[in-house]
Amino acid sequence: MKKLLLGNEAVAQGAYEAGVRVVSAYPGTPSTEITENVARFDEIYTEWAPNEKVALEVAVGAAIAGARAMACMKHVGLNVAADPLFTSSYTGINGGLVIVVADDPGMHSSQNEQDSRYYGRAAHIPVLEPSDSQEAKDFTKLAFEISEKYDTPVILRMATRISHSRSLVEIGQRSDVHLKDYTKDIGKYVMMPAMARRRRNILVEREKSLKQYSEEAELNRIEYNDRSIGIIAAGGAYNYAKEAVPGASFLKLGMVYPLPEKLIKSFAREVERLFVIEELETFIEDYVRTLGLDVIGKELFPKTGELSYEVIASKLKEAGINKEVLNLSFENCKAPNVNEIPLRPPALCPGCPHRGVYYVLKKLNLTVTGDIGCYTLGALPPLSSMDTCICMGASVSSAHGLEKARGKEFARKTVAVIGDSTFIHSGITGLIDVVYNNGTSTVIILDNSTTGMTGHQEHPATGYDIKGRPANKLNMEKLCEAVGVKRVRVEDPFEIKKFQKAVQEEISADEPSVIIARRPCALLKRVKSKNKPYCVNTETCIECGLCLELGCPAITNRSLISIDETMCNGCGLCADVCPTNSITRGDICD
Amino acid sequence: MTDTGILIVGVGGQGTLLSSRILGEVALRSGMDVKVSEVHGMAQRGGSVVTHVRFGKKVYCPLVGAGQADYVLAFEKLEALRWAGYLKKDGVIISNNQEIPPIPVTLGHQKYPENIRESLEKIATTYMVDAGRIASDCGSAKAVNVVLLGVLARKLNFEKELWTKVIEETVPPKTIEINIKAFNKGYGVV
Ligand SMILES: Cc1ncc(C[n+]2csc(CCOP(=O)(O)OP(=O)(O)O)c2C)c(N)n1
Repeated sequence: MKKLLLGNEAVAQGAYEAGVRVVSAYPGTPSTEITENVARFDEIYTEWAPNEKVALEVAVGAAIAGARAMACMKHVGLNVAADPLFTSSYTGINGGLVIVVADDPGMHSSQNEQDSRYYGRAAHIPVLEPSDSQEAKDFTKLAFEISEKYDTPVILRMATRISHSRSLVEIGQRSDVHLKDYTKDIGKYVMMPAMARRRRNILVEREKSLKQYSEEAELNRIEYNDRSIGIIAAGGAYNYAKEAVPGASFLKLGMVYPLPEKLIKSFAREVERLFVIEELETFIEDYVRTLGLDVIGKELFPKTGELSYEVIASKLKEAGINKEVLNLSFENCKAPNVNEIPLRPPALCPGCPHRGVYYVLKKLNLTVTGDIGCYTLGALPPLSSMDTCICMGASVSSAHGLEKARGKEFARKTVAVIGDSTFIHSGITGLIDVVYNNGTSTVIILDNSTTGMTGHQEHPATGYDIKGRPANKLNMEKLCEAVGVKRVRVEDPFEIKKFQKAVQEEISADEPSVIIARRPCALLKRVKSKNKPYCVNTETCIECGLCLELGCPAITNRSLISIDETMCNGCGLCADVCPTNSITRGDICD
Repeated sequence: MTDTGILIVGVGGQGTLLSSRILGEVALRSGMDVKVSEVHGMAQRGGSVVTHVRFGKKVYCPLVGAGQADYVLAFEKLEALRWAGYLKKDGVIISNNQEIPPIPVTLGHQKYPENIRESLEKIATTYMVDAGRIASDCGSAKAVNVVLLGVLARKLNFEKELWTKVIEETVPPKTIEINIKAFNKGYGVV
């Protein structure tokens, strides 16, 4: 039976068929749906971990224990998990271990565009890269076989357009993979210098065998066609290139580390002009150059963002490739001038609790060290209340850095904002630093009871696990108190006046403080608002525009200010800021 | 190129993903190779979203190239205009008549373009559909996506019964009746 699956669903299906027993992950676009789909299989233990480092360590433990195990994350998550990654390469595995990492060329939902393939090379771990959903499933299964055959973790590298594209997948059965025996082996699993030195040599030998595998494996294949042009490509770039020059010869790579030296050389010999087409960095291209081959890569193709078949075709044309072999059929209609069309950036939803917090921070004109989540949208107009956003957790620690650089006076005008999931992921360690090193930062934890940005995953403080079963609910107040913060308070971000007072008090305090801004996400099913929408009394409205400053998508300004009742969630924040009481609940103004 | 390329565009949260899933499934059951490229993540928070659907004998790339789209199916007028440039020379626009002003417009930084219908008609054959009203008449304003799908279905060469079957299997059981009604209404618009 064939099904139309997302690449991410196909990885989950592959894990199921491969007999995987344990999956741990932290959400992150574009990887999230892998774990969400694995969680549908009762045969697989699945969990959300607090962060990627924990997730990978859980998977490493499960693999050492003899189970096939998997950890999933987005590209920046692998930075967080890099520590266990490098050393798990030394220990090797027992049951198969696969790390799925999803890159985001074009930064659809990310703060950078890093290229995970380098992790494979740096940690001496093989990297497989599928180009559609069928390969996503097949390569997942193959990754487990390689892992067990060569005693190594394997990275499966996905990317946005593979993860989030649907294509046909043949559905198979779960194979019966037994739990392997566990035997204590400190030479293999206790990495201290004497043992690690021995393992280091094994790793070098293993890499040689993997290179040999890469030369012979079916997943690296040559498709000879017109030999005047030869293209080396993998993953999404292969699809774009195939569309741009269907008649060219291809070396299609499914294993992007280690790269097959002999195969590349023999392909290069057979074609007249050699191109490497890849997204992000010049990973394959650099390697091909080290082989002394004449190749055209990023000096021709764009260095940033996503590729497309149109770009590839026009670039190849520029390089003098015979027009007949190129697919140049993109003759547009009379296109409108896109520059004149208003942009539609994402925005906080109607009823979003974060809006109340930013309204207050803007009013107080504070310096705000920010973090990553839906609440990063508070950086955009009209709320415009964020000064920095680097990586998960950085809000708390960088506020401390700001204070140590510019002094306590500056700290009196600074707050850190961080989401609940992000705080648990890596904000807590920053807070420990603040307390330990005599900081006086004010940290606002935006506790909306969910991991909003990535599509509402549970986390340790929501009280539910990945399957929606009740779980221990981490107590954020007690946690902050336990690390030594004496001033911890919980406030409702929709009680604007009270919230403002709280912020003013806490930034004035000469010690660390935490305000937990607690109100659930407006999109959560368990709290969906039944409040009636609000409306504007146009007779008393003086069009001062204060409500517009909230940046609520439900409030519009077309000759008159009005509220779209299908979008309004009835939170009432606009009514609170209206100086003439012209905004009232629907049942009053009808 | 012999395959068909369709862009389904709208505002994050409008339900474009359900439509592309239905369309993809119909093409699949009609024996075609299919690729659908979705948007998840940040843009889903009220941003401009676009889903690419391609089907034919063999499809490599999940994205419809600029100048390659046979149809732009828009859930909102401004989004129709934003993506219309992806159409082929003889492409077709099917757009919901609804306006959702983006934040820069609400703040007065930019203007919501006037006469979008006329602008679209200059670009390609345009069907402007009052999908919101039709959906409400059928019993749920949320059925806009299926109304528009109905309009598109009339233009494509798949069996009508197959559409209804896939819709029945895809939408929540409680909403089947409304959705089938909405689809049929859309199917009869042009
Ligand atoms: C290391 C890392 N892992 C994962 C992500 C993806 N990601 C971005 S924000 C976020 C969590 C958002 O949840 P929360 O902090 O609760 O804020 P909310 O979106 O609910 O406002 C995640 C998982 C990331 N950017 N970096």
